[in-house]
Amino acid sequence: MTTPGVGIVAAQRASFNEPLVLQGGSVLPAFDLVYETYGTLNAAGSNAILVCHALSGHHHVAGRTADEFGKPAADIGWWDNIVGPGRPLDTDRFFIVGVNNLGGCHGSTGPASPNPATGKPWGADFPVVTVEDWVASQARLADHLGIDAWAAVMGGSLGGMQALQWTLSFPDRIRHALVIAAAPKLSAENIAFNDVARQAILTDPDFHGGHFYEHGVRPVSGLRLARMLGHITYLSDDQMAEKFGRRLRVGAGSYGFDVEFEIESYLRYQGDKFAGVFDANTYLRMTKALDYFDPAQDYEDNLARALARARAKFLIIAFSTDWRFSPDRSREIVHALVHNGQAVAYAEINSAHGHDSFLMDEPHYHAVVDTYLKRVQL
Amino acid sequence: MSATGGQAVQLRADFDLIASWVQPGERVLDLGCGDGSLLKRLIEERGAKGYGVELGDAEVLAAIGKGINVIQGNLEQGLAGFDDQTFNHVVLSRTLQTVRHTERILSEMLRVGREAVVSFPNFAYWQNRLAVMGGRMPVSEDLPYEWFDTPNLRFFTLLDFEALCAKMNLVIRERQVLDEAGRLVTEEPNFLGSLAVYRLGR
Repeated sequence: MTTPGVGIVAAQRASFNEPLVLQGGSVLPAFDLVYETYGTLNAAGSNAILVCHALSGHHHVAGRTADEFGKPAADIGWWDNIVGPGRPLDTDRFFIVGVNNLGGCHGSTGPASPNPATGKPWGADFPVVTVEDWVASQARLADHLGIDAWAAVMGGSLGGMQALQWTLSFPDRIRHALVIAAAPKLSAENIAFNDVARQAILTDPDFHGGHFYEHGVRPVSGLRLARMLGHITYLSDDQMAEKFGRRLRVGAGSYGFDVEFEIESYLRYQGDKFAGVFDANTYLRMTKALDYFDPAQDYEDNLARALARARAKFLIIAFSTDWRFSPDRSREIVHALVHNGQAVAYAEINSAHGHDSFLMDEPHYHAVVDTYLKRVQL
Repeated sequence: MSATGGQAVQLRADFDLIASWVQPGERVLDLGCGDGSLLKRLIEERGAKGYGVELGDAEVLAAIGKGINVIQGNLEQGLAGFDDQTFNHVVLSRTLQTVRHTERILSEMLRVGREAVVSFPNFAYWQNRLAVMGGRMPVSEDLPYEWFDTPNLRFFTLLDFEALCAKMNLVIRERQVLDEAGRLVTEEPNFLGSLAVYRLGR
């Protein structure tokens, strides 16, 4: 991106003391959400866009936080390329909100937070939260910020599912839903991948049934395996071939099990990086939220009937090489909306980057988002 | 699939006909909708609920810019995913000649819609006949491409199309034929008509 971004940003925290009844039946007596905002909320409160994060994301969507000297730190936001003055999520026009989801590990109340009943970290006792629960908690944040209705809610992958759920949970509080690289529910194959990832964590001796905090350890090896597996599903075969091929790190094969191929090196690096910072209990819950998401479930698997109550307009985007949530999955949403006579535009972007394409600065993709959002009335 | 500048005058005549067939509140699916110009008109002037299918990236982007319900997709793969009898009219404007699976797309149009509206250039138009008689493939308002860069795969006439309709048991509800200036042609349509617009049913 040639335009400057949003500059230095700082997280904020909102505390909610009204109990939140979760879909699974348990009740959170109180919770905090950590969030960032970019741009200015207009007087009518009509220019707000909520950016929902996916499995490993958080509230730090754009810009950089300040380091100890007040200079920009290295931690550029995970979707910085699409947020800022003159960028598709134009902060000269829109007020953008990024939030860390409930159950997360970047400041919002989650498994590592103290359980008010015991004073110790929740750990395994933190409830399983669903996409519906996240949307309910995000609605509290909207109240807190004085936003009656979002101009748009947007997200990729699991974030896109939240945007979709917003149109169902709060049909009058969202005017546009941008659902990117998502699916109306997981396939058996998707769930299978998630469960292997969970098994890697659950069987790590350092997991201690989810109460590893009090043992002073973290299930690093399980989390690392989970991330390596996940990462394979985010890339495309073509992209892997192009980026790594069968190249060896050193000249020749050693006929052993150390890192030999470049792809192994890459995946191990990604796994190590992630396992160093992410919370295993959060990872388990994020994958469960994915597995459970299925708005058509209560409508005899009829997605059109499930979506009938949505009043938002939709932009659905899928990527040609995404095999985790392929374009066919996005088209299921599109056709349900068409069946109902609801407003929807659908773009299928040619991109080599698989599921991760939604994070890439692909000009046509960004032009589609930019063009769509320019028509959103404030 | 979008119109080139030279077609502008006649396109309006083409669109005028189609617009006159659409009633307020009806659902229209425009296949190969380009930048969404026809749909925009049907929505604004006729109060239609419009959807379009378009393959080209630039056209999809332009249609989104017009606020059109555009769905990116390839007509050659049929209309899988669209439910039966969802639309009052399914429009294929100046596109049938670019489609490889001719019979399938016509069947699909009448599966998802109650009526198919099809327009196409008439290869038997007298100027086209003259061009071929002179030894060259025609280049005209309605066939604006050279043979080496044309997106058109099929070259056919009113009589050819009507023979296919008979073979497929499609009912021709209405036929309007236009000349290159966009005027209605009533006599000798397969000779004097440059563009044909049909309403088809089952």
